[in-house]
Amino acid sequence: MNPCEQPLHVLHQMRTTGEISTEEIAKSVLARIQQAEPKLHAYLAMTDEKTVLENARKADKKRTSGEVVHPLEGMPITLKDIFCTQGMETTCGSKMLKGFVPPYDATVVEKLKHQGLNLTGKTNMDEFAMGSSTENSAYGPTKNPWDTSRVPGGSSGGTAAAVAAGMALAGLGTDTGGSIRQPASFTSLVGLKPTYGRVSRYGMIAFASSLDQGGVLTRDAEDAALLLGAIAGHDPRDSTSADRPVPDYTQALQGDLKGVRLGLVKQFQGAGLDKEVEDHFQANLNELQGLGAEVVEVSLPALEYALAVYYILAPSEASSNLGRFDGIRYGLRSKHAEDLSQVYQKSREEGFGPEVKRRIMLGTFALSAGYYDAYYNKALNVRRMLSADFNRAFQQVSMIVCPTSPVPPFKLGERLSDPLQMYLVDSYTLPVNLAGLPGMSIPGGFTKGGLPLGLQFIAPAFQEEKLLQAAHGFQQVTDYHLRRPVM
Amino acid sequence: MSFEPTIGLEIHAQLATASKLFCSCPTTFACPPNANTCPVCMGLPGVLPVTNRQVVEFAIRLGLATHCSIRNVSQFARKNYFYPDLPKAYQISQYDRPICEHGWVDIEVEGKTKRVSITRIHIEEDAGKLVHEGEDPTASYVDLNRAGIPLLEIVSGPDMTTPEEAKAYMEKIHSLVTYLAVSHGDMEKGNLRADANVSIRPPGQKELGTRTETKNLNSFRFVRDAVTYEIERQADELREGRRIIQETRLWDAMTKTTFPMRSKEEAHDYRYFPDPDLPLVVADEAWVDRVRKEMPELPDEKKARYIAQFGLSAYDAGVLTQDRAVAEFYEAVLAAGADPKKAANRVTVDLAAKLNDTKHVMAEVKFTPAQLARLIALVDQGAISSKQSKEVFDAMYDSGEDPDLVVKSRGLSQMSNQAELEAIVAKIVADNPGQVEQFRAGKDKVFGFFVGQIMKATQGKANPALVNDLLKKKLG
Ligand SMILES: [Zn+2]
Repeated sequence: MNPCEQPLHVLHQMRTTGEISTEEIAKSVLARIQQAEPKLHAYLAMTDEKTVLENARKADKKRTSGEVVHPLEGMPITLKDIFCTQGMETTCGSKMLKGFVPPYDATVVEKLKHQGLNLTGKTNMDEFAMGSSTENSAYGPTKNPWDTSRVPGGSSGGTAAAVAAGMALAGLGTDTGGSIRQPASFTSLVGLKPTYGRVSRYGMIAFASSLDQGGVLTRDAEDAALLLGAIAGHDPRDSTSADRPVPDYTQALQGDLKGVRLGLVKQFQGAGLDKEVEDHFQANLNELQGLGAEVVEVSLPALEYALAVYYILAPSEASSNLGRFDGIRYGLRSKHAEDLSQVYQKSREEGFGPEVKRRIMLGTFALSAGYYDAYYNKALNVRRMLSADFNRAFQQVSMIVCPTSPVPPFKLGERLSDPLQMYLVDSYTLPVNLAGLPGMSIPGGFTKGGLPLGLQFIAPAFQEEKLLQAAHGFQQVTDYHLRRPVM
Repeated sequence: MSFEPTIGLEIHAQLATASKLFCSCPTTFACPPNANTCPVCMGLPGVLPVTNRQVVEFAIRLGLATHCSIRNVSQFARKNYFYPDLPKAYQISQYDRPICEHGWVDIEVEGKTKRVSITRIHIEEDAGKLVHEGEDPTASYVDLNRAGIPLLEIVSGPDMTTPEEAKAYMEKIHSLVTYLAVSHGDMEKGNLRADANVSIRPPGQKELGTRTETKNLNSFRFVRDAVTYEIERQADELREGRRIIQETRLWDAMTKTTFPMRSKEEAHDYRYFPDPDLPLVVADEAWVDRVRKEMPELPDEKKARYIAQFGLSAYDAGVLTQDRAVAEFYEAVLAAGADPKKAANRVTVDLAAKLNDTKHVMAEVKFTPAQLARLIALVDQGAISSKQSKEVFDAMYDSGEDPDLVVKSRGLSQMSNQAELEAIVAKIVADNPGQVEQFRAGKDKVFGFFVGQIMKATQGKANPALVNDLLKKKLG
């Protein structure tokens, strides 16, 4: 296997024994970018090759001089273009922020820099993280490395495509309604969205503040544990981040699933589920039972309202969060504005794409006088009911298991003209964000046509270890996570 | 036809915290544009607010002082609107769950006490400001130094009926916020700004008339004058058969009139909703209790104590207690041993006049309370006359010099040596036999002539009381 296709922890093992150098790893990744990027368009901005190689050599020098090298140090990693990077353009996939260079790093970027981050570049995404296919990027869509006529999922589709194709060893994404897990599912990666508050949101451009959470896209559970451990933790700059210790997630990577009770959600069954996805999910359940897990049915009665609740709350918060893109201080300012109100109207008209505008309008409507109680307030109440449903279920089971996406990766353009069809893709992921729980998608198999399918685990708050343990166990009896797309 | 006015005030008090409400930028006044800014208060993408707990403590303090109930769990909300001085396009404020509610203060107008209810007090951030001087005269520039500075908005009930009451109410709030040290209360720097809601109705009418809101009144006088003008203007409108338009107006201090703000800016639906970036504000009982225990004596309590304990007049006690700095100075003079009434007189008359003339504030006074107490003692002991003490006081005020030194350097000490004075009296009497004759013949006025001569001979230093005694004895 080409080094750029190996899991990060395997490469770290190899460089520790001197089998390979970090520089060779970086060269392999850079060569893959040269080869695959023109086909996939995963990146929006790239670090120059010289810097990437220099960073790699720094780690090698450290190792040869006998110093301890962190597993992430010098390893080529990518960031979704939603994380602010000091001195490096951050566009959030929007024309609105073309040319915006943040004067500060997001907390997670700062944390990774402490571990010797070797940033390959910033990856493509649906504009302001609004979308499930990366087709809503103002800079053109990213293609799925497994089938370039199909989408890589979204909104973290650029990160997913880059990692799946070997154009980075791992990456960070964000997940507001499934934006890490669904692309992971579409590209056969591990995608972990931590508990709300586990990872700082400071410097992560906000879409829906009460739902957004940064997380990781990696090749297997070990890499996810490594990367999550590096970015998790309390941040005094984010008052919604949890002030509780970060466990050593790599310690969770052991044991089997003997006696672990997994919940099968009654309300998830049937609804809009693709036949092939359903069959594979059944096969996955058998594999889990083979590992000793017990599968029992649980009920989440409020689940049927989750999509509606999400599409009230997320756009409401977005309509306010995106107000700051007004053409006054940074970003795009219309050249056709004649007065102040035109600066606002025309800059926003020219700067935002149709999906962003749609959600701003939805949210503005839901929050407006006379509608607030009927929409926003009611949605908040149902959201609380859904959390209570999950809590009740977790008294019976250790984790919930379900497909990540009801459908396999779809064709570019296939769902673009029908927003509702696009929204339905997130049916299995967005309830997890509403409840603030940790969720993880792992490679669960392939369709007959060779398209990746994901298997999702959902755990109680702050029990990411359970997800990692389940993923690790599943990896012991399956080889889905070892397959790579042909580049 | 006369009308009955109804007045309510919304006062914004800028808080005296060292840093802003949601970031660590300093709150220093008069810095170069945008010197006190960071990614958070500039509203850059991805940044998040973190609440300054000192602000919450200040809100509790003012809430307790105005007899409000303190909400144990209050909430920040976003008020959404577009304006260049508002970098996030929303102001973080409190909406349906403010930290303080249902309080009151007592005000006094023409010797009568009136209770004004406080509907609510909530925490919010200030906006930046637009500057119109720069390279390009047609452009507006944005200065965000003020953006994010903490404010308390204090909303009164519609309980006032005269401009004087509105003024007295604002003075009361000013007195409280400075007493509590929650605001510097510097009116010139806009630390306290009031929006006045005014409506009028015919006597006997139950429902209130249509109100107008006059914004941004930053002095006690402006509040009184703007309310006066609005009452008159509205009365004129009604008398001439027109209707009052509900609108926001501005005060023009030059023409002493109010005028409507562009109505376009009013049709706002602010789309308030709880700020998802901020946790609930928890002010538990333990915290509120601690603040309650640490509360300083407030002006009303102090005033009552001065009247009861020192026998001061209500007026003097009021003057001494309205400004915390004045009261503290006064109490320090007493602590240095001065008589309460004499000290009150020095502070409310001499010092007040000086402060007024020189436009100084208490903090700029150069002499110490102990020095003022010493001045009072010098008069008591007869070392200087009451008249001389005025000169010493002026010198102390101008230079901060010690009273003993002033007396010495200006040769002001009073001659109270009996033997010395007796000799002078004897000499003057002997030198003026004609006047002695006149006095003995019953011309009492001549007594003054002798006093004048003695004073002249002693360069005015003779102790007048002693001179009186000795002269009377000598002239028989
Ligand atoms: Zn700041």
